[in-house]
Amino acid sequence: MAVLDVLVYPDVRLKKVSIAVTSFDEALRRFLADFDETLHAMPGCVGLAAPQVNYFHRIALVDVSGKPGIPHNGRLLLINPEITEREGEAVGREGCLSVPDYTGNVVRATRIRVRAQDADGIYREYACEGYEARAVQHELDHLDGLLFLDRLVSRRDLFRRKVYR
Amino acid sequence: MLTVVGQDRPGIVAGLTDALYRGGVNLGEASMARLGGNFTIMLMVESDAAAEDLQRLIGPFAAAHSLRVHADPIEGRLHEHVEPNARIAVHGADRPGIVAQVTQALAAAGFNILDLDSGVGGTADRPIYVMTIDGHVPGGTEALERALAPVRRSGIEVRIEPIDTLVG
Ligand SMILES: [Zn+2]
Repeated sequence: MAVLDVLVYPDVRLKKVSIAVTSFDEALRRFLADFDETLHAMPGCVGLAAPQVNYFHRIALVDVSGKPGIPHNGRLLLINPEITEREGEAVGREGCLSVPDYTGNVVRATRIRVRAQDADGIYREYACEGYEARAVQHELDHLDGLLFLDRLVSRRDLFRRKVYR
Repeated sequence: MLTVVGQDRPGIVAGLTDALYRGGVNLGEASMARLGGNFTIMLMVESDAAAEDLQRLIGPFAAAHSLRVHADPIEGRLHEHVEPNARIAVHGADRPGIVAQVTQALAAAGFNILDLDSGVGGTADRPIYVMTIDGHVPGGTEALERALAPVRRSGIEVRIEPIDTLVG
């Protein structure tokens, strides 16, 4: 196992769209072990997407269980994830391992449902809200080559804080 | 730190930054705001030139657009960000003393203001005051609830919320 190097913007590779995982084999398992170790080696970091570690497959890992008092699904490994439902919007502050020393406000859905495969290729569905929903949306953006910088809103938008569609 | 103030019109930022760029000056962080119809900007610049030379560099543009320019040597560096952990949003009927009342309460709670933005809206005869403050308070937002209770009792709407920056 190893802690993988994290790509840092303006590295253009962070803008690549990742491809679907098709074989749930030993190579994937080995990558996932390193991927998991990498996330847990980053203090305060609640998620990681495979393209951040130079592996352009649709894999994300979210774990907000270290934050007290918020609802969560524990360690969420999301392979070929898709958001099937989204509801509400809220502004929140985000940073990124791939964008050191800069944080900014981003609008995200407050509740989502995600369908994704696990390490064995089995489809699972998760309901996420609040902080965890934000983390999932942030990581899934990486799979499409998007950074939170692509979604920054101005501070005047803070008053849009909770708008329900 | 360059400070430029004057009557607002389109193209001021472009004109200023072009003059600085041509003079070989690097720009750092900046904050521009239109305040009551006035153009205001504070701009971190990096240059070997002395403050007076910077003034000279943008002097022609500033003179042509009646802008006042001020330059201060500063110690500041980039990559010195402090993450806010609380946001205070305030609104109420505009009256003298709101900012002083709110910020004194915040200071007493040990709150360090990192970003403050305020505006006056409503109508001329019934103005409203709206202010958002981001900052850092040791020990979290509970201390702020206590500190701002008297402000709330005086009729100002105060919303206090933690900022938990997501890193992923
Ligand atoms: Zn990220």
